[in-house]
Amino acid sequence: MMPAEKLTMAAALNRAMRDALRADPAVVVFGEDVGPLGGVFRVTDGLTAEFGDQRCFDTPLAESGILGMAIGMAMNGMRPVVEMQFDAFAYPAFEQLVSHAAKMRNRTRGRLEVPLVIRVPYAGGIGGVEHHCDSSEAYYAHTPGLHVVAPSDPADAYGLLRKAIESADPVVFLEPKKLYFSKAEADLTAPVPPIGKAVIRRPGTDATLIAYGPAVPIALEAAEAAAQEGRSLQVVDLRSIVPFDDETVCAAVRSTGRAVVVAEAAGFASVSSEVVARVTERCFHSLHAPIRRVTGFDIPYPPPKLEHVHLPSVDRILDTVDELQWEYA
Amino acid sequence: MVIVWQAFQNPCMTRDAALLLPSTEPVTLIDPDGHPVPHVGHDLPDPQALVGAYAALISARRFNDQANALVRQGRLAVYPSSHGQEACQVTCVQVLDDGDWLFPTYRDSAAIVARGVDPVQALTLLRGDWHSGYDPHATRVAPQATPLATHLLHAVGVAHAARLRGEPTVVMALCGDGATSEGDFHEALNFAAVFRTPVIFFIQNNEYAISVPLARQTAAPSLAHKGIGYGVPGERVDGNDVAALLTVLGAAVARARAGEGPQLVEAHTYRVQAHTNADDPGRYRSADEVTPWLARDPILRLETHLRGRGLLDDQTSSGYAEQADQLAARMRAGLGEDTPSDYRDLFAHVYAEPTPQLREQQALVADELSREEAR
Repeated sequence: MMPAEKLTMAAALNRAMRDALRADPAVVVFGEDVGPLGGVFRVTDGLTAEFGDQRCFDTPLAESGILGMAIGMAMNGMRPVVEMQFDAFAYPAFEQLVSHAAKMRNRTRGRLEVPLVIRVPYAGGIGGVEHHCDSSEAYYAHTPGLHVVAPSDPADAYGLLRKAIESADPVVFLEPKKLYFSKAEADLTAPVPPIGKAVIRRPGTDATLIAYGPAVPIALEAAEAAAQEGRSLQVVDLRSIVPFDDETVCAAVRSTGRAVVVAEAAGFASVSSEVVARVTERCFHSLHAPIRRVTGFDIPYPPPKLEHVHLPSVDRILDTVDELQWEYA
Repeated sequence: MVIVWQAFQNPCMTRDAALLLPSTEPVTLIDPDGHPVPHVGHDLPDPQALVGAYAALISARRFNDQANALVRQGRLAVYPSSHGQEACQVTCVQVLDDGDWLFPTYRDSAAIVARGVDPVQALTLLRGDWHSGYDPHATRVAPQATPLATHLLHAVGVAHAARLRGEPTVVMALCGDGATSEGDFHEALNFAAVFRTPVIFFIQNNEYAISVPLARQTAAPSLAHKGIGYGVPGERVDGNDVAALLTVLGAAVARARAGEGPQLVEAHTYRVQAHTNADDPGRYRSADEVTPWLARDPILRLETHLRGRGLLDDQTSSGYAEQADQLAARMRAGLGEDTPSDYRDLFAHVYAEPTPQLREQQALVADELSREEAR
């Protein structure tokens, strides 16, 4: 493999599953349309052809069934990677996730592990019709026992998915749909930080933008635009919502004294509100202004024609940064 | 890893729909008076199996009685009794091999004990603890399921994993009549059929889901009829007849082990006692309804049958009673002791490695407790 190549996030995820299937006979991939079709986003393209119908296979169309069977297989020595097709179509699997995948270790005092990955193509920005663009991370992050991660570029998508498949705990793997087909240079052989670590995607000294998944490229774009105007914005990519990296995030915010959290999901009772609460509790005396949020509105995901109004934009981020009480300090 | 391709052949292609339907009446091989009932296609189990089941029945009944008493004494938080359903409890275990798995519900504690799990460990959840007590891998018994029907899918997954590896494992998945209304019941049967997994779905139809009678769960001719919709053969069996249960369940296990896929078995029985100690059955059923079922008691019928054939005498019988007494004594001793509880256990098993946040929260409790002690 060439050290650095240009590839899409979909291709990086595909490579991660391919390499995991090669590395460990316990890994199996299944879900709806993941077989010969290769998934509706082609993320599992070619896996059935290479590994056979017993390693990558289509199931009946029933998400609770898919996850419930995956839990049983994980109880019996396998490492299932299941696809939920679309964010809002994962809800029928909610009970299996919350009451069983998340709790099996605890209710057996660690004697039964369920190492499985629930891949969820998620969030908006693709002009999708209803029930195809939900940002559902808060439901998962609120459930003890689950890890919740969201990559923002191809290299991290590859590295995080490999780590998720190797994890001894269930991992909800949120794949930003709008980033599936954006290409970037990626060295898939380079190690990535573990699940639970945030990274600084762009250094900056004036304020910190905290984002994850689909909001990271927008935050980076906003930081670039701010630089043109002479303001230096730091960008933190959470990568892992659970476990949450208080250390990296708080160190970043302390270094600038100002922060804006950027997320696509509705802001009320959300991951973004948790980030604000955590950082405020820990960094209050380093803050020059209240931490602000740029999030989706508290509405059902809008139709394609109006999603641009809903999604965090560069302008909305920069307007919010402008309001961070620059007159003080 | 050995891969079994047959696991993925679609069984629907070769099925004659009529073969999937259950018999009109539940299979009975010994009637309530203890007399053998000739049956085309099913023979009486061998005497040794019947005597073994009798011993297990005596222990299971004693287990139920003792557990009820322990609830009254405040030593168990709650107990959903399987009194009257003991024939189902012991036979579904007796037909399994050591390598097979059992997936029980909260009403199947007696089955767990029949499987060989220590009775005190088996009652861990029901004494109000936060974990299943026994080791599921060592015992091949899944944690007792409290949500309905969700565990049936886990049973399918365990069986599918075993089949992919070429292991001869069969999975016995238990549920009640109420659980057949849940979506996961449907999904589990469908997945098991499509992937041809070796799972026996064993429904103990005891007529009630807490207070709601069977007629409010289904309009199907029987619960076993539901199998045909998935391409799964259904069978109905007298749930208080040990002989019929051993024969029908044993055949289902053999069939599954031979690679012929899942089976649905509905046992007709009755929940003689309340749902749990917190229930009040007087609000939804009359004593007149219960009384006829007492005459169909599974122990009475098997005992009459065995004595009639000279397979049981007073001496053997009292030997079994003594075994059951020892079981009850073990329960009283084990559940009479308070188990030590350690707050650190609350944080230890949420993840393989506690998150930094859980470490902080555990430290907070440690600090609170040390200050309490200092006072």
